Amino acid sequence: MNRRLVLLIPLGLFAALAVLFWSSLATAPDGRDSARLGEAFPAFELPALADPARSLDRSLLTGRVTLVNVWASWCAACRVEMPQLAALAARGVRLVGVNYKDGRAAANAFLGEFGDPFEATIHDPSGKLGFELGVYGAPETFLVDAQGVIRYHHVGALDTEEALQVILARVKQWRSQP
Amino acid sequence: MSRPLVGALALCLTLLATASPAAVEVRAFDDPALGERYVALAEELRCPQCPNQTIADSDAPIAGDMRERVAALLRDGRSDAEIRDFLVARFGEYVRYDPRPAPRTWPLWGVPAALVAIGALVLAMLVRRRARRVVPLSATERERLAELVSRDEPGATRDRLEVRR
Repeated sequence: MNRRLVLLIPLGLFAALAVLFWSSLATAPDGRDSARLGEAFPAFELPALADPARSLDRSLLTGRVTLVNVWASWCAACRVEMPQLAALAARGVRLVGVNYKDGRAAANAFLGEFGDPFEATIHDPSGKLGFELGVYGAPETFLVDAQGVIRYHHVGALDTEEALQVILARVKQWRSQP
Repeated sequence: MSRPLVGALALCLTLLATASPAAVEVRAFDDPALGERYVALAEELRCPQCPNQTIADSDAPIAGDMRERVAALLRDGRSDAEIRDFLVARFGEYVRYDPRPAPRTWPLWGVPAALVAIGALVLAMLVRRRARRVVPLSATERERLAELVSRDEPGATRDRLEVRR
């Protein structure tokens, strides 16, 4: 009897691995956490989308908890998440956009069509700020605390109620930090 | 093999040979050694946007940006390790096809070693158990055995049973 049970060990191991791999397939995340989590938002000096003469830098992101959304007019998922970004702005979340690898005219037309929830938008036509942030596709969203440190990262559209609630909870959490 | 079949096979092999990875742009380096390091790095780093492609194989925009940055850093005189670290700092450990030993990656090295150790343990147990099963006969038993073998009479059965006891 004991010996028979020993013979079943390989089968049991196989079944356990099969369950593990099968469930991993179903739960594979779309995105990975940014390598920049816990680090200061990278330094940059780029023009504002609305006004090429206005130069923006890292000081834009200190003093208040800010949600930085990397978007582009060529990105279909960015259209999908615009209403949710507007909802976040309406709830008092401060939003800053990074217009990623995009033309100024196309980007402004996009904001004209879908509304502009951003307090300011950084124009990053070459994608060099995106590269520093480790962005590999739009949209991506970063939560930056009042000290300018990246605290949360979301890859892909913020298109679910769940994602919005997570963002709101994080904003609240980092606002309460001294 | 028939002649057309050989021809078809030769054609397939020729096509295979020409379908080598071609996404890497031809980049001019003053020093050919830099060019070699560039190709090696591009074939070792993983595209963060693609499930399983090197930045050399991928034509995703981010892979192009990364190749460009690798080339720029090489021209800057940075070492391979510095270039890898530069990209890992931005895109995470994910971009390394050759991950470093770290708390998150130790199972990659630990599991095979543990399996070998478990195998050795099981083998040792089996060998010991088998060794234990062969119990040598004592001097009296051997004597009795010799006696039984040399004898062939009805009483032998009873004696044999006794020896087996």
